[in-house]
Amino acid sequence: MSKKFKVAIKRQDDPNGASRWERFEIENEKGMNITTALQRIAASPVTIDGKQSTPVAYDACCLEEVCGACSMLVNGSVRQACTALANTLLENKPDEITLEPMSKFPVVRDLVVDRSKMFNSLSRVHAWVPVDGYSDRGAGPRISQHQQEDSYPLTTCMTCGCCVESCPQFHPESDFIGPAAISQAVLFNEHPIGSFEADKRLEILTGNGGIADCGNAQNCVKVCPKNIPLTRSIAKAGRSATVFAIKQFFEK
Amino acid sequence: MAKQNVVVVGGGLAGLAATMRLAEAGVHVDLISMVPVKRSHSVCAQGGINSVNAATRELGDSEHLHFDDTVYGGDFLQNQPPVKEMCDWGPRIIDLMDRLGVAFNRTSEGNRDQRRFGGTLFKRTAFAGATTGQQLLYALDEQCRRWEGDGLVDKFEYWEFLGPILDESGVCKGIVAQDMFQMTIRAFPADAVVMAHGGCGLVFGRSTMSMICTGGAAGRCFKAGARYANGEFIQVHPTAIPGTDKLRLMSESARGEGGRVWVPRKPQDTRDPLSIPASERYYFLEERYPEYGNLVPRDIATREIFDICVNHKLSVEEGQLCVYLDLTELNAATHKKLDGILEIYEKFQAVDPRVTPMKIFPAVHYTMGGLWVDYEKDAKTEGLVYGSPRNQQSDIPGMYIIGEADYQYHGGNRLGANSLLSCIFTGMFVAPCVENYMKSLQAGAADQPASLYDAEVGKHQQQFDDLIRNAGDENPYTIHAELGDTMTRNVTVVRYNKNIDESLAKIDELADRYKRISLSDKGNWTNQNLSFSRALGDMLELAKVIAMGARNRDECRGAHYKPDFDIPAPSADDASTLRKQAEAWCDRFAEKNSKFLKTTVAVYKPEGPELSYEDVETSTIPTRPRTYGLKGAEIIEEVWRARIASGTDKKPAAAKV
Repeated sequence: MSKKFKVAIKRQDDPNGASRWERFEIENEKGMNITTALQRIAASPVTIDGKQSTPVAYDACCLEEVCGACSMLVNGSVRQACTALANTLLENKPDEITLEPMSKFPVVRDLVVDRSKMFNSLSRVHAWVPVDGYSDRGAGPRISQHQQEDSYPLTTCMTCGCCVESCPQFHPESDFIGPAAISQAVLFNEHPIGSFEADKRLEILTGNGGIADCGNAQNCVKVCPKNIPLTRSIAKAGRSATVFAIKQFFEK
Repeated sequence: MAKQNVVVVGGGLAGLAATMRLAEAGVHVDLISMVPVKRSHSVCAQGGINSVNAATRELGDSEHLHFDDTVYGGDFLQNQPPVKEMCDWGPRIIDLMDRLGVAFNRTSEGNRDQRRFGGTLFKRTAFAGATTGQQLLYALDEQCRRWEGDGLVDKFEYWEFLGPILDESGVCKGIVAQDMFQMTIRAFPADAVVMAHGGCGLVFGRSTMSMICTGGAAGRCFKAGARYANGEFIQVHPTAIPGTDKLRLMSESARGEGGRVWVPRKPQDTRDPLSIPASERYYFLEERYPEYGNLVPRDIATREIFDICVNHKLSVEEGQLCVYLDLTELNAATHKKLDGILEIYEKFQAVDPRVTPMKIFPAVHYTMGGLWVDYEKDAKTEGLVYGSPRNQQSDIPGMYIIGEADYQYHGGNRLGANSLLSCIFTGMFVAPCVENYMKSLQAGAADQPASLYDAEVGKHQQQFDDLIRNAGDENPYTIHAELGDTMTRNVTVVRYNKNIDESLAKIDELADRYKRISLSDKGNWTNQNLSFSRALGDMLELAKVIAMGARNRDECRGAHYKPDFDIPAPSADDASTLRKQAEAWCDRFAEKNSKFLKTTVAVYKPEGPELSYEDVETSTIPTRPRTYGLKGAEIIEEVWRARIASGTDKKPAAAKV
């Protein structure tokens, strides 16, 4: 374990500002991760050249990879900063660790980006069970163990943004809702009660920015920190969308 | 009156449940949160949510027994009517979450499966893998998103609560908040405010809590006149993974599914743990607590780990509180149920806990205490009056407190998997109370003069400017590290008055130094440095409340453990001496209850918090000694039962003299 390591951070003061790189030297600690490194910088924001700087703005919350907040590009790859362990990163690239904001979202400041587009996509695909109300009406529908095992991985999606960051079809100018939202549409279409609104979701999936925009690059499934079978969801959505489109055609 | 509006602060389980229930009733909600609500700390809850269920009922379980386990586990410090109401609601709440699509694990017939958690002998805990909190939160988030589309909910994410707005008679008429990106400060007028800001783990530096659990909102309500209750009751979770930025929870479900805690009998045995034969392993929880085994309540498990490591010097790692949590004997199907948490361990420790015993440490985890709230008891049900405007209302009229932010449900110690229940329950339950409160209002937020809101915004703007301009030589991060250090060292698992005094002096020193902090970022855009430094001021205030509460409480109760005031267990061999010792034990127990079976209530004063004590309502389940694993438990219980029967249990021993 090296005693110190370098971190290069791509910084930007505000949404309209130009970006620049700043380098810091960090005292290594046992088990240190990137969020700790950012905490240490906040406590003493002096660059490697001895220049007094400001704490780096970044999103972080649970620090155990379950909230999705701290996604960023670490050594060029999108992931959560909390599970990015310094020593592991240094093994592959000992000179320095680079941190950049995700590139597919507007930068707010430094490593903080605005991911509201992803949350809006969840609204677009009606990602919810349309219950009548919240008073006592007994239990929900019976669910087989098999179905629970199928849907559980999809429910662990934390809207972190890794999948869309890696997707060539998703960018600021595109309408594409992205793998996460498609997977949520599938989750609710397969739920016994959620399926009552399946057609509404399929209408979105067959419309602009829907399933047809997927270029089948399959990057999403590789970068998903929760190993969600996103390509399987996309394939399922594709099949249902085709059936839905044919049905629509004959009903016209 | 104009259309009514409620502000909910915090978008965890409690805040979202309240929001969705209010929206259902047609009330508009402004939902304020420091993070996108989907990233709230509730996601960290892993193991599950408790309620009586069909399977436990067959074994004799009931809502009443869940209620009994909860107050017994909490060492009788809770007012009982709210706890009774919560346990009665348990089955309905799980049913609702099931309807909302939560992917609960299933039995072969397609029913919800349950696991066992600490402090009970029943399998009451419904779960969704090992990420139950996340699943529950998402279900509520989805419903709130639905209401957003209908125009009944407006979310303000990345907005930080700065303080309540009180009219001239002290009634809450809204809040002031700050946009964490643009740094603009504005008022949110409201007819009622619901605070659901969670716990304050950051007071202890590193804990299992998320970075947003600063206690900032609690501190600001406290300073505005809301009293803070039972601050000294902090749960230290027995099993966490240490980290440089936070301590990560290793769920109780790991033990609920059969994980076993042990240390090598030989101190710091360097052998590979799996090569150590069973005879040389000390399964100390199982040996010391044959009935509950690895599933004793959390405060006890934590203290036993402390005892093993500090007093018996058997820690797996010298100088630390570290023991093995062994899941290697479990089968693949069980490992699969725990995947969520096993992956966390693997990712952070780079060791596979399926084949190597985990090394785990105790960590600050939950704040049982919180802002004081009222309730109205229903004499018939012994629960609460449904929809009473008094339920969950703080000292500030019109301001309600729910979830981990209130003090009401867990007493001296919270049972595992009861927090998700209390959060969703209070969120659901508070909505009709708020509605009825608003019906009683003569004038709403819309009738208030603009000057009321302008003045409050001006005040906070001034504080913001002052903090930015503050020129000093102190670093807020250093002060935070020192605060966390003194609090963790002296005000957690084992408490001594001498040490607490030392911490109190240290807090005063830090509070003094805090006045001289200088921000390294003086900018006016997404200034996280400012947000943290402001919260540090609130942490220091809460630290005083916690440490003073602990200092004044000279007894052992739940998570609050002072060896100097522990009552030694009866130990005599002959029956008549043993009985005498048990009688004496019960005398001291009665005496301690007459003094300390009280809620600590702190009120803010600029010179430091002022504490007073309030009686606890224990009329449904009579107080009894908490005897998990205690030597002489049987004889103590026998003596105590006789006293309850003869009505002499409430008389302190002093009365006999």
